Parts: sequence; C-alpha cells; structure tokens
Amino acid sequence: MIPPPVEARGLVKNFGSFRAVDGISFTVRQGECFGFLGPNGAGKSTTIRMICCTSPVGGGELRVLGLDPRRQSRAIKARLGIVPQEDSLDPDLPVRQNLEVYARYYGVPRAIASERISESLALFQLTEKANSPVSDLSGGMKRRLVIARSLVNQPEILVLDEPTTGLDPQARHLVWQKLRMLRAKGVTMLLTTHYMDEAAHLCDRLVIMHRGKFLAEGNPHDLIRDYAGEVVLELRMGHDDRAPLLGELTGIDGVAIEEVEDIVYIFEAGDAARQIAARIADPALAFLRPGNLEDVFLRLTGRGLLD
Amino acid sequence: MTAITTRPDLSAGSYRVWQRNRDVQFRLWRTELIGVVVEPFVVILALGLGLGQFVKLSSGEEYVAFLTPGLLAMFPMFAAVFECAWGSYVRLEMQHTYDAIIATPVSVDDVITGEILWGMTRATVNAAYILIVAIVLNPWLHMVESPWALAIIPLSFVPGLLFSAISICFASLARAMSQFSYFFNLVINPMFWFGGAFFPFDELPHWAQILGWFIPLTHVVELYRGFLKGQFEWSMIGDFAWVAAATFVFYWLALAGMRRRMIQ
Ligand SMILES: Nc1ncnc2c1ncn2[C@@H]1O[C@H](COP(=O)(O)OP(=O)(O)OP(=O)(O)O)[C@@H](O)[C@H]1O
Ligand SMILES: [Mg+2]
Repeated sequence: MIPPPVEARGLVKNFGSFRAVDGISFTVRQGECFGFLGPNGAGKSTTIRMICCTSPVGGGELRVLGLDPRRQSRAIKARLGIVPQEDSLDPDLPVRQNLEVYARYYGVPRAIASERISESLALFQLTEKANSPVSDLSGGMKRRLVIARSLVNQPEILVLDEPTTGLDPQARHLVWQKLRMLRAKGVTMLLTTHYMDEAAHLCDRLVIMHRGKFLAEGNPHDLIRDYAGEVVLELRMGHDDRAPLLGELTGIDGVAIEEVEDIVYIFEAGDAARQIAARIADPALAFLRPGNLEDVFLRLTGRGLLD
Repeated sequence: MTAITTRPDLSAGSYRVWQRNRDVQFRLWRTELIGVVVEPFVVILALGLGLGQFVKLSSGEEYVAFLTPGLLAMFPMFAAVFECAWGSYVRLEMQHTYDAIIATPVSVDDVITGEILWGMTRATVNAAYILIVAIVLNPWLHMVESPWALAIIPLSFVPGLLFSAISICFASLARAMSQFSYFFNLVINPMFWFGGAFFPFDELPHWAQILGWFIPLTHVVELYRGFLKGQFEWSMIGDFAWVAAATFVFYWLALAGMRRRMIQ
C-alpha cells in the first residue's frame, strides 16, 4: 500500500516554554489539496516547516511520504516542492538562473532542468523576464517565480505557505488557476492561507487552526453548513430596532446570534432569518447572504486581534 | 550542546553551494576586478618602496622582500573574511538564501561547508594573483627568492579555510550588520597589524612574541616566509600544524553555530 503523503499524530512544537503546535493529528490524502486556515500566529508555518524538514519535529509522530523527517530529511526534501511564506529568491541571480541553480541543489541533470525551466517559465508567463534581475519583478511575478521554482524537481507534494498574500486580484486568480491545473495533474498540495476565498477555491479539505490546535476539519461545504449555516442574516440597525427581532429568534433551534458592534449576525439553517429579511425588505438594514468560510473562521476563532 | 557533538552531515550539496557562489562571481567579477588588481601595487609602492626607504632591518633584508609573505597572507585573509562574514550574513539574514537552500536536499552543514570552500577559493585566487605580481616584479624588487614559493598556492587553501571558518562563526552570532564592526576592529584589524607582516617578531620583547603566537596570521606569514626564501625550518611544521588544527576547530564551531542559528 502506498503510504499517505503526510500523516501526523499528536504533532507538537515548542519554542522554549511556548507551544506553537499543540498535538495536532491529520492525514493528507494522495492527490488532494489540503488547507491550513488560521489567524496570525496559529502555527501554520511551523507545521509546514516540520513537514518540509526545515524545522525539527518537537514531539509526536510525523510521516511524509512514509518517511521519517527525523532521519530521512534529504529523501523527503528531494520529493517536495516548497513555496515559503517569505520570498527567498536569490537576488544575486537573474530569473532563469535562479531556477537553474535551484535545480542543481536537487541534482537535476542540466539538460533536463533546462527543458523543465523553459516550460515552467512559459506556464507562469515569465519567459520574457528570463534574463531580468529578480529585483525588477513585481510582487505577483516574484510569487509566480517562486512557484515555478518549486516545480523544478517535479515534486510529489507541493507545499505552499500563503502563496498569494500581498497579490492583486488578477495575480491571485492567475496563481489559483495554475494551482488548480497542477492539482488536476495529480500533485498533492498543502496550503496555508488567511484568505477564505482562496481556501474555498482550492482546498478539497481544510482545517481551521488556532493557537496550535485544530478547531474544525472537513471540506469547505460541510464546514460552512456545520458552523455558519446555509444563510446568514446581517442586521444593521440600532439597538432598539433590533431587540424585538432578536426576541423573535432566540430559542429557535439551529439559530445562532452574534452581535459585533453595530452589526448582528444571525446564522441559521431554517427559515426564520429568511422571513425576517423578506419582511424588512431593505438590504441596507437586513442583508441575507449565503454562509461562507469567513463566517466559520470568525465564529471559531473569535473577532479580536490574535497576534 | 548536541550542535557541537554532531558529526557533519555532508553531501554533493556542499559543492552545489560552492557552484552557486561561483556563478554569482562570474556575473559580478567586472565590478570587483579593479580593486583586487590594484590592491597589491598600492601596498608594494607605499610600504615596500615608500616606507621601505626608511626601514633598516637587522637581518639586512630589503623591507619590500620582508613584506611579501605578509601580502600573500593578508589580502587572501581579507578576501575570505569579506566573503564569509559580511557575505554570509547577507545571504543568511537579508536575502534568505540559506533558507531557500536548506529546503532542498542540501543540509545546513552542506551550506556552511560550501560557503567556507568558496571563501577558500577566493583566498587562493587572491594569493595566486599576488604571487604572480611578485614574480613579475622580481627582476627589480627581489621579492621571491626560491621556486618553492609556488607551493604557497596550494598551501593557501588552509588559511583560506581558517579565515572563512572564523568569519562564519562570527556571522552565526551576529544579530545586526553593524556588529561586524566589532569583528573587524577587534579581530581582523589587530590581526592585520600585529600578525607579523609589518615588523619582525623576534626582536620584540618576550611577552609580545607569546602574544603573537596566538595570532593565526603570524603562523601563516612565517610559513610563507620560509617558502619564499626556500629556507626550511622545523618550526614551520609547527606553524602549519597550528593553522590546520585551528581550521578544524573553527570549522566545527562554524557548523555548530550555524546549526544553532538555522535549525529551530
Ligand atoms: N523560531 C521561533 N522562535 C520562537 N517562536 C517562534 C518561532 N517561530 C514561530 N514562533 C512562534 O510560533 C507561533 C506560530 O508561528 P507560525 O509562524 O507558525 O504562525 P502562522 O500561523 O504561520 O502565522 P502567520 O499567519 O502570521 O504566518 C507564533 O506565535 C510565533 O511567534
Ligand atoms: Mg505563517
């Protein structure tokens, strides 16, 4: 039997007395895109770094491609592609040579590397920049180049730590499109992100991570159904106006109410919210929309700043 | 503690890190060339001929000839130090080059070993160039007295490794670029002036000679002096052993320091 790409049991990481990853367990399946969604400092990057063998496992069990990161890090790293959170392109080398030198670290023969690099540059629309210094690239181009770089060894698992943070919508969509294409080719992907739409777009399954632990796990659709409800009603009205409506809703099974400053969020699976929205009939006051991952995220991790 | 006791984890990756630096050098050599080319001429003119006119050594030797082993030891030392102190720190901390490399099947030990080998390469190239300059000027200045001097080129590997390793040790401890001024002013600069390159040690008081024994550059200078003259003494084996042993120790410390810094 082929071992799962990544399997963790009770994975732990401490920095001094601070526990950044606190006993998480998960299994990534062959060919899926598995997402880590979580606020700043949740421990996403730390988890990723342990999987990539750039940070030692602090405790618990971790297997990557069936191998042990403690003893077989070189063999694991040879089969991973990594897009780190911080750009680590080599500013001393121009675009194409960045990839050539990187392919050499993997021991990819020159001729094969050259062919792959030409392909990858074309795929990420960087062919014209092949001889430019890295400093001439825009943020979106740099990110694309880092992803292109992560493919030089034809990885079995692609690990992406916030692949689109800081990109404009066009650049993000371009990156997503390429990542979906890679997934369609059967590359297993691990992804961290703060962006709910990114997770919803790309991930087959995801975990919501907070303070080193998982709060929820599942596919985006189930998570929304379980934690946000199918519809969410946002009431934007003064305290006196909203009180009777809230009175109507309290106690109904499956309804959850959250008041945040001047907005009330009503999460609901049934009909009561729909009826209220229909009665008020002014979307500026009562706005009915489908639940989304952002609702799940905010409900599970709270609304305060976390870092 | 484990960082000190672990055996180095090396592979062909060390060579690939060296290749990376070589490739970067091939792109930049034009900008650096002039400085490196002019450097020894300035010193030979200013100190060897200028100051040398006023210096009478008790050995009767010309000052410019006395200075030659120092030149062959010092400039390569600077080449290694610039590459492995500032250069390494920039690649480690500002450019995240090391982070990118250790995400591939190249280990931290490979990275550091490759960097030190590269520092050594630059030192040796520099030593070879200065030796060539000395040989070219030999009909007028008599800086090289024996064909044994050519042995200095392979010999320069060892101090190249040593000064690179010492520099990496410091880079692994540095928390900011500005801290390198401590390294330069407290370690490298005193070594430059007191390393036996500019004045003979054997006429100094005993305590100064003892102090000089602890300076790595002194042993390199003594070793080169013997080869330039083709006069060999037993003490040169001691000098070589001193440098080799120090190289081993600092290499080990450089690995330990960088592992501690990079593996978290
Ligand atoms: N080398 C380190 N030493 C000490 N603490 C660390 C170290 N690396 C990470 N941490 C801490 O561990 C916690 C988790 O960090 P991590 O980078 O994994 O978070 P993250 O989920 O990736 O956050 P972000 O979304 O901001 O990237 C943070 O509180 C961070 O300060
Ligand atoms: Mg992170």
